[in-house]
Amino acid sequence: MKIQLILPLLIPLTTAILSLLAWNWSTGRRAISVAGAFLLLADAAWLLATVWDDGIQVMAMGNWPAPFGIVFVADLFSAMMVVIAGVMGFAVAIYSLVTMDRGRESFGYYALLHFLLLGVCGAFLTGDLFNLYVWFEVMLMASFVLLALGGERPQMEGAIKYVTLNLISSALFLAAVGLLYGVAGTLNMADLAQKLRAPDDANLVTTIAMLFLVAFGIKAGIFPLFFWLPASYHTPPVAVSAIFAALLTKVGVYALIRVFTLLFVQDIGYTHTVILILAGLTMVTGVLGAIAQNEFRRILAFHIISQIGYMIMGLGIFTQAALAGSIFYTLHHIIVKTNLFLVSGVAHFVHGTYDLKKLGGLYKNFPGLSFLFLIPALSLAGVPPLSGFFGKLTLAQAGIASEQYVIVATALAVGLLTLFSMTKIWLEAFWKAPPQLPTEACDAKALGSRAAYYLLLSPIILLALLTLIFGFAAEAILVVSLRAAEQLMNPAEYIRAVLGKTS
Amino acid sequence: MGLVSAVLSGFVLALIAPWIYRIARGATGWLLAIFPLALFAYFLSYIGAVAAGDVVRVSYPWVPSLGINLSFYLDGLSLLFAFLITGIGALVLIYTGGYLKDHSHLGRFYGFILFFMASMLGVVLADNTMGLFLFWELTSVSSFLLIGFEHEKESSRAAALQALLVTALGGMALLGGFLLLNQAVGSWEISELVRQGDAIRTHSLYIPIVLLVLAGAFTKSAQFPFHFWLPSAMEAPTPVSAYLHSATMVKAGVYLLARMTPALAETALWTGTVTAVGAVTMVFGAAIAFRQSDLKLILAYSTVSALGIMMMLLGVGTAGAVQAMVVFLFGHALYKGALFMLAGAIDHEAGTRDVNRLAGLRSAMPVSAAAGLLAALSMAAVPALFGFYGKELFYESLAEDYLMPVLLFASVLTSMIFVAVAVLAGIKPFIGETTSSAKQPHEAPISLWLGPVTLAATGLVLGLWPSMVDKSALLPAIHAVLWRPVFLELALWHGLNPIFLLSMATLASGSGLFIFRSRLLRLFSWLDALRDCGPRNGYSLALAGLNAAAQAQTRVLQSGYLRYYLLIVVATATVLSGYKLLQDIESLSFGRLFDVTFYEAAPALLILLAAFMATRVRSRLAAIAALGVVGFSVALVFVLFSAPDLAMTQFSIETLTVILFVLVFYHLPRFAILSSAWTRARDTFVALTAGGLITAIMLKASGVELHPKISTYYIENSVPLAHGHNIVNVILVEFRGLDTLGEITVLAIAAVGVYALLKFWPGKTETR
Repeated sequence: MKIQLILPLLIPLTTAILSLLAWNWSTGRRAISVAGAFLLLADAAWLLATVWDDGIQVMAMGNWPAPFGIVFVADLFSAMMVVIAGVMGFAVAIYSLVTMDRGRESFGYYALLHFLLLGVCGAFLTGDLFNLYVWFEVMLMASFVLLALGGERPQMEGAIKYVTLNLISSALFLAAVGLLYGVAGTLNMADLAQKLRAPDDANLVTTIAMLFLVAFGIKAGIFPLFFWLPASYHTPPVAVSAIFAALLTKVGVYALIRVFTLLFVQDIGYTHTVILILAGLTMVTGVLGAIAQNEFRRILAFHIISQIGYMIMGLGIFTQAALAGSIFYTLHHIIVKTNLFLVSGVAHFVHGTYDLKKLGGLYKNFPGLSFLFLIPALSLAGVPPLSGFFGKLTLAQAGIASEQYVIVATALAVGLLTLFSMTKIWLEAFWKAPPQLPTEACDAKALGSRAAYYLLLSPIILLALLTLIFGFAAEAILVVSLRAAEQLMNPAEYIRAVLGKTS
Repeated sequence: MGLVSAVLSGFVLALIAPWIYRIARGATGWLLAIFPLALFAYFLSYIGAVAAGDVVRVSYPWVPSLGINLSFYLDGLSLLFAFLITGIGALVLIYTGGYLKDHSHLGRFYGFILFFMASMLGVVLADNTMGLFLFWELTSVSSFLLIGFEHEKESSRAAALQALLVTALGGMALLGGFLLLNQAVGSWEISELVRQGDAIRTHSLYIPIVLLVLAGAFTKSAQFPFHFWLPSAMEAPTPVSAYLHSATMVKAGVYLLARMTPALAETALWTGTVTAVGAVTMVFGAAIAFRQSDLKLILAYSTVSALGIMMMLLGVGTAGAVQAMVVFLFGHALYKGALFMLAGAIDHEAGTRDVNRLAGLRSAMPVSAAAGLLAALSMAAVPALFGFYGKELFYESLAEDYLMPVLLFASVLTSMIFVAVAVLAGIKPFIGETTSSAKQPHEAPISLWLGPVTLAATGLVLGLWPSMVDKSALLPAIHAVLWRPVFLELALWHGLNPIFLLSMATLASGSGLFIFRSRLLRLFSWLDALRDCGPRNGYSLALAGLNAAAQAQTRVLQSGYLRYYLLIVVATATVLSGYKLLQDIESLSFGRLFDVTFYEAAPALLILLAAFMATRVRSRLAAIAALGVVGFSVALVFVLFSAPDLAMTQFSIETLTVILFVLVFYHLPRFAILSSAWTRARDTFVALTAGGLITAIMLKASGVELHPKISTYYIENSVPLAHGHNIVNVILVEFRGLDTLGEITVLAIAAVGVYALLKFWPGKTETR
């Protein structure tokens, strides 16, 4: 019984409850939020270290044995995802201190942020398919309220599309879980894995697998299911966009990787080929969507979609190296994309707009911020030696080794288009002279509160450093990713850890 | 370790350069120049060993999981480039101090140019292809930042973007090529690849490898049809043009192909492509250079042409051609660097770069005039200057093979234009009558003329005594490309052979071209019309096309209408799942569908009818009522299958939902049918298919042999272990208590959300 496995639930839950209790105490809420986020990160690191040293960790809730009760399972992939969720929670918690308006703060923003983290961590750690559904619901409700909080008109419009499409996902997910229970008579993922290994009707299982693909695909934002994402990500306050960009789609990616390595490997000729094709289409349509935009956050939102393609490309190729590439890419992407959103927020902070036409002059006036933008932007485009390059390289190498030349060519070409669209932001927001000189009010706001400005930059610096570490010390991350991929490719280890020696 | 720190220390210096500038101000250029000079001296210390045939190789593991090492390799070819990079680099740093004196971003500029220098050294020293690619991309990035240095100018930004996109396109191809090379022979190390030449040439991936690597080299080295970015890049401050866009970076493609020659060359594909592309670029660049009047553009297009010469020689690939390439490359770096820096100095002092307006500066700028004369003579390949040897070997290598009369003819034509262009750019501004110009010209400060004078003087000294470099610096570079012993001795006087006569004829006719330039330009002015269908236009069209395609795609896909989104999502689910189900449609037995009792069929019928009603009625209230019937009928099903608690829940939820719906819908405008018959038919089709799919899956699933369900465990253990008689309750609070915790949390969040949405409006922020 390792306490660090359940703390990723208890810490955000407690933090959220405490922030709700501190309804009228603003300083308290802020302190609780940052402390909770930090504790989550610390525990996640502890968990990862434990899994690395001692192998897959399992905890049966209420001590009801698997497959009858709910189990929490941490393999390396889960643990890595929890760590990165912790990092993002911490970065965004700090960033929120400066950017979040008082109104939203007093209407439960911090509680919702930690509820969201609760749902995310639960989804990463659960070993039960229905329980995964529950965490999805927690996440969905928390993110929906975060999105709608404030009730501004564009927010509501985005929120409605967001919630409708995600409810479709939930419905499909639930239907698929029900059908699967009908076929296999169990909900525990390890148990399911065992029973689906030699199914009575492989085609039926594959049919159900496709329902999961669509349900999780909606969450992950793959082609052609991503519509909710560009419709909503640019509407809430930037800290909310940032945490969404960091985690929401990635839970979908996580779930896809989990079920299509553990449960649905009966007919990879169909399932994983479909995934690979969708990966390519996701990359292309996402990046073209980004090229068509002229607003900082909209561009970034479409890039998320494009990059999701890379994350599931490794799943489609389905080799150890490819999955390691997917995992590496996912981690890299979370850091980089969140950071870009944070930078967009600073641009908004000093110039009061996200519109590229109205932005300008950041390079001249904020050289530090400019170079902090370049690091994640170039990394996103895959410029070496930053993190994105190694992610892309691992995937490309794995793709070539499996002779999947088309997807590799697509991935490389989309990298070029990504660079194009990052330079667009650079040229417009940073290099171009501002259309009109920044008003006195903006300048005063930016420079009058230098402390706030540096507090605002601190999470950006943290994430930029991580990007550099993922590049220069790519080996360390890759070794862990490869080991995680090995666990995914050989589910026996997972099944044994959960069910004991029953196999 | 020495090689690694030689490369990496440049990056460190680049990072701190802006702060050095804050302290050292005007002396920064001189101060920073010490760094490349020290590196120059460091590389000089290897010259003996390398000439003797030694190579230095160091390697440290970097990302062993991918097989990537931080490995560096120093042989004759690397060394020659290292000399150019560090030597010209030092002069450019000094030059920068004068040229951009007191520019507000000068500190950053130093940083960028040092960053470039370190990257470029990395390109020519890397042994690992991924290392080479890394530095290759960094040169593109630094080039981007430098071209866009005057970032508030629209044209600078466009030029920077253009250069970046073209070179990154090549970079992408190059990465692909390296990946395939690694797949083919299992190594990233160039020193290994060149040993595996035969294996690569016979590998099935050989053709894509060659094409991809060539695409990388051609874009970087501005070969036709990718050349257009280089003239555009003249938007950059002149030190950048002199350093990156003539002396070093644009030669990276030449370097790459020279480096890869042992691994990839000597096939018809390689020889044909490289030679042809090089030759076309050579003639094309020269022809356009001739009709330019902006000093920098003249030099830029002649650089394009010179790069074409080098490529063509590499393509021909004979011992003579490679000798000629190396000697020409060295000579070109010397005179072109000098001419570029002079162009900047003239612009700086006389206030214009238009050759038609520049004349008679010799008295005002005597030192610059001398440097210009020497550099121009070298470019024109006048004997006793170093440029002469490159040209001689160039002619010789083409003449030795009598199958190449076309190439030789094209080369002579190009060389004639070179003579004319050299006079135009290096001599014409200084001679003749002084024209009135905006500024009163005077001699440039030492920082501006030191560079050109040094380079031009080097061209003269080495022209007189070529033995100083031929065996020590040039021959090892030739060996590195050819991999077989050759002989090189540069001599001023070969006797009165046909090649020498051809050279003299070139000089004479080239001078003629200069004299009759304006008349010739008028004669060929009709060619100007062709300008609009050149590759530069292709670039603009491609960019516009990309943007248009992106817009169109996004308008269709991200239409903004929720109904289309839902339609696509449902259709996707149906197609992906249905495809598999259809494969064994025959195993579907519909018999079970009718194996029901009357009281089971009744609610089912009710549901169907109510659902149909909901879509057909013309009043919202009726539709809500119909949906309510669906809900209550579902609850009936629960009752029938002995789940009364579920049914109770369903009844209360349904009642509440209907009431809420009625309350809300009361405020909506009158019902109207906005959809056409066609869209309704389409939606019906999708809905029925999706419903049919779920039905079919259900039918199949219910026919599958069941594994023992986990529910038996709950039945058996509910009382003994959990002490509860209501199994559903026990499952909710015991066996699966965590689910319940999650659902409670969902409710709590929803409560917060409802409260906030009702109470909090950003308009009145301080509501608390």
